[in-house]
Amino acid sequence: MTRNIWITAAVISFAGAAFAQEHVATLRSGTPLADNAEPPAIAKVVNSDLRQVRNYPEQPPLIPHKIDGYQIDLNANQCMQCHSRTAVEVSQAPMISITHFMSRDNQFLASVTPRRYFCNQCHVVQVEARALVENGFVDIDSVLEYVKQNQGSSD
Amino acid sequence: MPNLSRRDVIKAQAVAAAAAAAGLPIPAAAQNLVTDAQLTDLKWSKAPCRFCGTGCSIMVATKAGRVVASHGDAKSEVNRGLNCVKGYFLSKIMYGSDRLTQPLLRKKDGVFHKDGAFEPVSWDEAFDIMAEKWKATLKEKGPKGIGMFGSGQWTVWEGYAASKLMKAGFRSNNIDPNARHCMASAVVGFMRTFGIDEPMGCYDDFENADAFVLWGSNMAEMHPILWTRIADRRFGHPHVQVAVLSTFTHRSFDLADIPAIFEPQTDLAILNYIANYIIENDAVNKDFVAKHVNFKKGAQDIGYGLRPENPLQQAAANPDSGKSDPITFEEFAEFVKPYTLDKAHEMSGVSKDALEKIAKLYADPDTKVMSLWTMGVNQHTRGVWVNNMIYNLHLLTGKISTPGNSPFSLTGQPSACGTAREVGTFSHRLPADMVVNNPEHRKKAEKIWKLPEGGVPDWVGSHAVKQNRDLKDGNINCYWVQVNNNMQAAPNMMEEGLPGYRNPDNFIVVSDAYPTVTAEAADLILPAAMWVEKEGAYGNAERRTQFWHQLVDAPGESKSDLWQLVEFSKRFTTDEVWPAELLDANPDYKGKTLYEVLYANGKVDSYPLDQTSDDYANHEAQDFGFYIQKGLFEEYAEFGRGKAHDLAPFDTYHEVRGLRWPVVDGKETKWRFKEGSDPYVTAGSDFEFYGHKDGKAIIFALPFEPAPERPDEEYPFWLATGRVLEHWHSGSMTQRVPELHKAIPDALVYMHPDDAEAMGVRRGSSVKVESRRGHILSRVETRGRNKPPKGLIFVPWFDARQLINKVTLDATDPLSKQTDFKKCAVKVVPVGA
Repeated sequence: MTRNIWITAAVISFAGAAFAQEHVATLRSGTPLADNAEPPAIAKVVNSDLRQVRNYPEQPPLIPHKIDGYQIDLNANQCMQCHSRTAVEVSQAPMISITHFMSRDNQFLASVTPRRYFCNQCHVVQVEARALVENGFVDIDSVLEYVKQNQGSSD
Repeated sequence: MPNLSRRDVIKAQAVAAAAAAAGLPIPAAAQNLVTDAQLTDLKWSKAPCRFCGTGCSIMVATKAGRVVASHGDAKSEVNRGLNCVKGYFLSKIMYGSDRLTQPLLRKKDGVFHKDGAFEPVSWDEAFDIMAEKWKATLKEKGPKGIGMFGSGQWTVWEGYAASKLMKAGFRSNNIDPNARHCMASAVVGFMRTFGIDEPMGCYDDFENADAFVLWGSNMAEMHPILWTRIADRRFGHPHVQVAVLSTFTHRSFDLADIPAIFEPQTDLAILNYIANYIIENDAVNKDFVAKHVNFKKGAQDIGYGLRPENPLQQAAANPDSGKSDPITFEEFAEFVKPYTLDKAHEMSGVSKDALEKIAKLYADPDTKVMSLWTMGVNQHTRGVWVNNMIYNLHLLTGKISTPGNSPFSLTGQPSACGTAREVGTFSHRLPADMVVNNPEHRKKAEKIWKLPEGGVPDWVGSHAVKQNRDLKDGNINCYWVQVNNNMQAAPNMMEEGLPGYRNPDNFIVVSDAYPTVTAEAADLILPAAMWVEKEGAYGNAERRTQFWHQLVDAPGESKSDLWQLVEFSKRFTTDEVWPAELLDANPDYKGKTLYEVLYANGKVDSYPLDQTSDDYANHEAQDFGFYIQKGLFEEYAEFGRGKAHDLAPFDTYHEVRGLRWPVVDGKETKWRFKEGSDPYVTAGSDFEFYGHKDGKAIIFALPFEPAPERPDEEYPFWLATGRVLEHWHSGSMTQRVPELHKAIPDALVYMHPDDAEAMGVRRGSSVKVESRRGHILSRVETRGRNKPPKGLIFVPWFDARQLINKVTLDATDPLSKQTDFKKCAVKVVPVGA
């Protein structure tokens, strides 16, 4: 019986702190429930064209540029002007993943599958805003590093 | 891996980077490519997505007790390898740094105090104060003094355990799920038209339909993976048409062949116009209608589910009436006759051309139509009627229960169907479509639950909106909220929700993984294990039941909702909570704990630990000493087997990518009510709507009636609320994923540029959105993804910092008791310069 014996990484817990708190709803940053804080200004979209590390290989890459007013509808898909197979030599943008040519039955088609037509169902821009809460997700490379240091006790 | 936190990792990387920068040799272990199979092998397991009712299957990778990756399950019929952006980030939803890890109780001077601040306490202390409060209230007020608010995100067995604890243990039907805000109108619509809940069709309809009609639904954002199936069908088969009807333009319009923006509430008029068109153009499937349909006229002027003293409620001729009288086809035709093209156009503002095109999709016998709807129809003060009226079109034309002909009610939550509806966690329901006010149904429940006769109470409990009113009025004093964020989600927060929770007479308990807005409004917060931190089951919108194993351990002392419910039951004996006459008549039950009566009852505890998986942990089974999930599921399944709700044996679901009930002789059912695909249909009948005794479905004659609150001079805008693609519901999970937060960090007031200009504001201006009930502060967006017509604004509700439900109206459909979150009157006032 190989049960998973690992306990999860200790995340930073506000509850662990030995002091009493009135306002616990982290996302509201201490604004009482009945009150309304001043809303933050509309943040700018990151437009650096710099690619970001993915959290894991399966993650759809984030869009590192503005897409304001991009047309993706019945008539046209503006993203493909740069990211299609034939466009990348000129655009030097990353070509869409080969998974995007696969049908529902995992067969490659002559062109992009329409099930992947609406790019922004998976790919999103990022704005210049700070995370409301830190996320303690640990990248696989770091987990492997940890496993190597503790050889023999991984499942 | 107790020693590894994100901080350690950053430190290690900094050391490595410094070493590299100093030209020092990098140790062999830091080589840039790891190829050792022992290391690179990940453990991949299946789990349904934690978010919407689509029910995508996810493959989840774990390593050393952590979720390290996830992707769409290629073997799943639902999503075939795809996820939406939220689904792709599931790996991160459990790792927000503010996870609750200990119970927290409001205290002053070391003891509970309603106005105290939250302090960590032990589970024992938490259950002690809870039991003390529950016992005091039960003694003083009886079972009506306590309440529970659960969720369409409860696993199947959590909802079942909760329902049993409330209805059979505490003998209180004051239990309702947040699915009341979401699916209640769909449920009553099904029960009225078909006599049995949930869609007859399934997702296979997407690959078979010639036309898709979206009634007030924005599937491109809210059901993205089903939208990929529509896009696949539409682009792949150019004859296919998509019609999108809504009160504002949104992303689904990008695929619309026939776009239609209608004035709020006039969907009622458009639907009657289409019925009239079908009749006047001789497109009625007369043979189908003669054999399989009855006609009825429903009661009118039924009020708005407001408090009884509200003038609108007092003005109603037939408040809350779901009555109906039989009529003939000819009388129905006469009833819809006034809904002409001219009238529908005039009322709705939709062009005659678009209206006719949509009508023709339904009328053309060679066009297979799939109608799709969710909150635009269900969150509607006439939501049940709209559900009925969509079925009218499919029944008049016989376009139902065959591939591609499908009126399809979509679902918002991952187990609104599987848990809230099928388990029956509503205040009026029991499992398998049974209800508490039917003596036969109670008898059956008492038998399966091994309860004495009279064990299940016969009164309909308080529904979601009524529960908040009861809290405010001090009628419910002990209240337990699990797996939902109702302070943020429920309507009219400032007049009902917040005063209810903070009423000094009340003790409010909230179980959650994160400190939500609702948690802050509570008196006791219980830390919950979430998603793959426990073994679970969800049921999606196409009747598909899907299981998953516990893949990682929950942080700190957090425990699943199931564990919390069952552990709490140990604190009560029947003598403390059951009436003396019930115990005198059934002395065998005397002195037993509710745990013994409900869970260690000889059925639920009859599956030993050795039946649990060798490959996965199961914290609840270990704690209780038996395979509690299996026991609860198998007892629950007794309700539906042989009653057209058949579920497969428990172990099967751990092997397959879900099955669509009824599962008979190991086979799932794709299209119900149709001979050949549904084993419950009598041979020779072709179609049989067996939810009604005569096997016939009902077409209802129902009129247009206005919304309760409409824009006027003082409050000139319609307010519609809703979701966005990147956040799920109140954002308690997705706002903690930095990539999703940065994709859309704040709620905005989406409005027409002309409206903005008229009040002297522009994109980014700060404004106050105010109704007769409350206000929020936000910023104007005139170029965003949602483009309202003049006179309407849209504000999403995910943002914990901008609680738009301070503004909304707690009017409900009088039949389903579901709130209309899409219509109330507001003003928009510029703030500052």
